[in-house]
Amino acid sequence: MYWEESKECMTREDLEQLQLERLQATLFRVATHVPFYRNTFRKMKVDPDGFRSLAELRSLPYTTKEDLRQNYPYGMFAVPLRDVVRVHASSGTTGMATVVGYTKNDIKNWAGLVARVLTAAGLTKDDVVQIAFGYGLFTGGFGLHYGAELLGASVIPISSGNTRRQIQIMQDFKTTALVCTPSYALVLADTMLEMGINTNALSLKYGLFGAEPWSEAMRQEIRNKLHITPTDNYGLSEIMGPGVAGECRECNGLHINEDHFLVELVDPDTLEPVEPGEVGELVITTLTKEAFPVIRYRTRDLTRLLPGVCPCGRTLQRMSRVMGRTDDMLIIKGVNVFPSQIENVLFEIEGTAPHYQIVVERQDHQDKATVLVEVNESLFFDEMKKQRALVEEIKKRLATELGIAVEVRLVEEKSLERTEGKSKRVVDKRKI
Amino acid sequence: MLKIRNLEAGYGNLRVLKRISMHVDPGEIVTIIGANGAGKTTLLHSIAGLLRISAGEVLFKGRELRKTAPEKIVGLGCSLVPEGRQVFATMTVYDNLILGGYVQYKKDKQAVSRELENIYELFPVLRTRADQLAGTLSGGEQQMLAMGRALMARPSLVMMDEPSTGLAPLIVRDIFRIISQLREAGNTVLLVEQNAKAALRIADRGYVLETGKIILQGPAADLLENRDVQRAYLGREKIE
Repeated sequence: MYWEESKECMTREDLEQLQLERLQATLFRVATHVPFYRNTFRKMKVDPDGFRSLAELRSLPYTTKEDLRQNYPYGMFAVPLRDVVRVHASSGTTGMATVVGYTKNDIKNWAGLVARVLTAAGLTKDDVVQIAFGYGLFTGGFGLHYGAELLGASVIPISSGNTRRQIQIMQDFKTTALVCTPSYALVLADTMLEMGINTNALSLKYGLFGAEPWSEAMRQEIRNKLHITPTDNYGLSEIMGPGVAGECRECNGLHINEDHFLVELVDPDTLEPVEPGEVGELVITTLTKEAFPVIRYRTRDLTRLLPGVCPCGRTLQRMSRVMGRTDDMLIIKGVNVFPSQIENVLFEIEGTAPHYQIVVERQDHQDKATVLVEVNESLFFDEMKKQRALVEEIKKRLATELGIAVEVRLVEEKSLERTEGKSKRVVDKRKI
Repeated sequence: MLKIRNLEAGYGNLRVLKRISMHVDPGEIVTIIGANGAGKTTLLHSIAGLLRISAGEVLFKGRELRKTAPEKIVGLGCSLVPEGRQVFATMTVYDNLILGGYVQYKKDKQAVSRELENIYELFPVLRTRADQLAGTLSGGEQQMLAMGRALMARPSLVMMDEPSTGLAPLIVRDIFRIISQLREAGNTVLLVEQNAKAALRIADRGYVLETGKIILQGPAADLLENRDVQRAYLGREKIE
C-alpha cells in the first residue's frame, strides 16, 4: 500500500528532474528572502541562479544548528510572519532553541508525508492511533497527529505520560497503533505485565517509534512483548519533524521522502562525501518548505544509505536507523539535551563550581538523568537545609531549561573524574 | 513527456529565459503563470522550435528538440495554439482545420476526415461554421478554431499560449472548460496564462515565471494557497 504511489515509486530520472526543479526554485527563494543565505552566498561567491545540476550541490554552503541559533527566533524564515500558521521549537529555551515556522502549505505537505510513513508501516483509515508523544512545541505529537488524521485514522491525542491511563485507554478504545518513543513502548509493556494484563488480548497491531535511537534488540523485545510490528521513523524539527523518513513493512531501513528532502552523507570531519554504503553524517536540503527552507543542514545524525531495491516497490532510497551523533547532544526521554545547557544553568547559580557530570541510565526502560554538581567546600559543611534548597533550586532551573526532570546530587569539590584537567561531562550508561 | 533542464533563450543579445527547468507528465495540465514580459511566450516558442535555444536541454518523449525544425516537432506530437489565435482569416474554417492535420497525415484523406470528425464533436460550432471564412468568427470561436487546428495533428502535448486573452468572461469559462475536457480525453496540456486563478483551478501543477526564472513551482492547489502568488497574481490582499 502506498499513500502517494506516483511519488514513492518514481524512477530515479523523474525524481532527479523534480529535485532539480524544486532546488532551483528553493535557491531563488532563500537568496531573495533569507538574509543569512543571501550573505553566505555572496561571501562564498555562490550564484543561486547559476545552479544547474544536483552534482553542484557540494558547492553550496552548509547550514548548522549554530546558524539557526544565531538567527533566533525568526531570522531564517523565508516568508513574513503573517504567512506563518504554526510555530514549533526544538527543545531548550531562550537562546538555545531553534524556532521553525510552517505555512499552510507546509502543514499540508507535512501531514501528507507523515501519512506516507504511516501507510508504509501498514496503517489505514481503519486504525485507531494512540499518540503518546508530547504535544506542544515538540514536533512529534502534532506531526503524527495531522498525518494520522489525513490518513483518516481515528486519532487519540493522549500525549505523553500517565502510563496507567495510557494502558486503560489502549484497552478501552481498542487502540490498534501506538506512536511513541521505543523506550516508552517497553515501559508500557512492562507496566502491563505488572498489572497482569494479557498483551495478547489487546487490539494493538502496529507501533511507530522514533525521536530517540534504538536497536534491533529493542525491536525484537517490543515485538515479543506487545505482539506488534514495530517500525522506525525519522525526522527532526529543524527540517520539519516526523515524516522525513520511515520504515515500510520490510523493517529494513527507512525510506527517505526524497521528493521533498535531498540527502547527502558526509564525513563529519573532512565534510567530504562518504563512499556509497559507508556511515556518514546526514545532510538535508529541503525542497518544498515555504516558511523554513534550509540548505545542506548538518543534522549531526550518523547513518548510512542502504544499497539495493526494497521489495516493497518504493524507489525512495533507504537509510539505516540512526547510529549515533557527531556532537555531544543527548536524547533523554526523547528530548534533546546539550551538556552546554546544563553548564549555562549552573553558571548562573552561586555556590556551584564549574564542574559537573551528567549520568544517564536506563532503569526499567526509562531514561534517568542525574546531574552531579561539585559545590564549594564551605557550602558542603554547612547545614543540610541549605544544601537541600540548592538542590531544589538547580532541579527547578534545569527542568525549565531542559524541559525534562533530572535528578541533582551535590558532590565534593574535585571529586568528579577529570581527564587532562577537564572533567568528563557525560557518562551514558544506557545499553540500547 | 516533456523535460526541460536549464533552458536559456532570447532575442539577439537579450537573454529572456535565464535558466528554466520544468517537466510535463502524460495526462497532466501544467500551467505557467507570470506577468507580462516574464518570458512565458518565449518559453513556448523555444519548445516549439520557433526560437533558437542558446543553452540547456529540451527533451520531448526522450528526444532532444534543440535542433529540430518546427514542423518536425509538430510531427513528433507537440502542437502550439499561438497567442491571439492566428487563424488564417481569409480561409474557411474547414481549410484551417485541414491545414492543421497536414504535417501529420499529408494526403491520407481517411485519417484527416476521421480527425475532422473528432474536432467537430469537440467543437460543434466549428461544424456549423465550416464554410465560413475564419476571419468572420467571433473571438471565442476563433480560439476554438485555433485549438481545433492544433488538435488536428493529434498531438500528445498541446501547448496553449494565453487562450483567454481578449475574450469575454463567459467565453473564457467555456474555453477553460474545454481545456479540462481535453485532459479528461487523455490529452496533455501545457497552458500559459495571465489569468492565473482560472489556470491554476484547472491545472494539476504550475510554475511561476518571473523575469525569465522559475521562482515557484508545485501542485496547482498549493500555488493557489501560496501567499506570494495570491499577492502578485491573484489580486487578493493588497500590499500594505
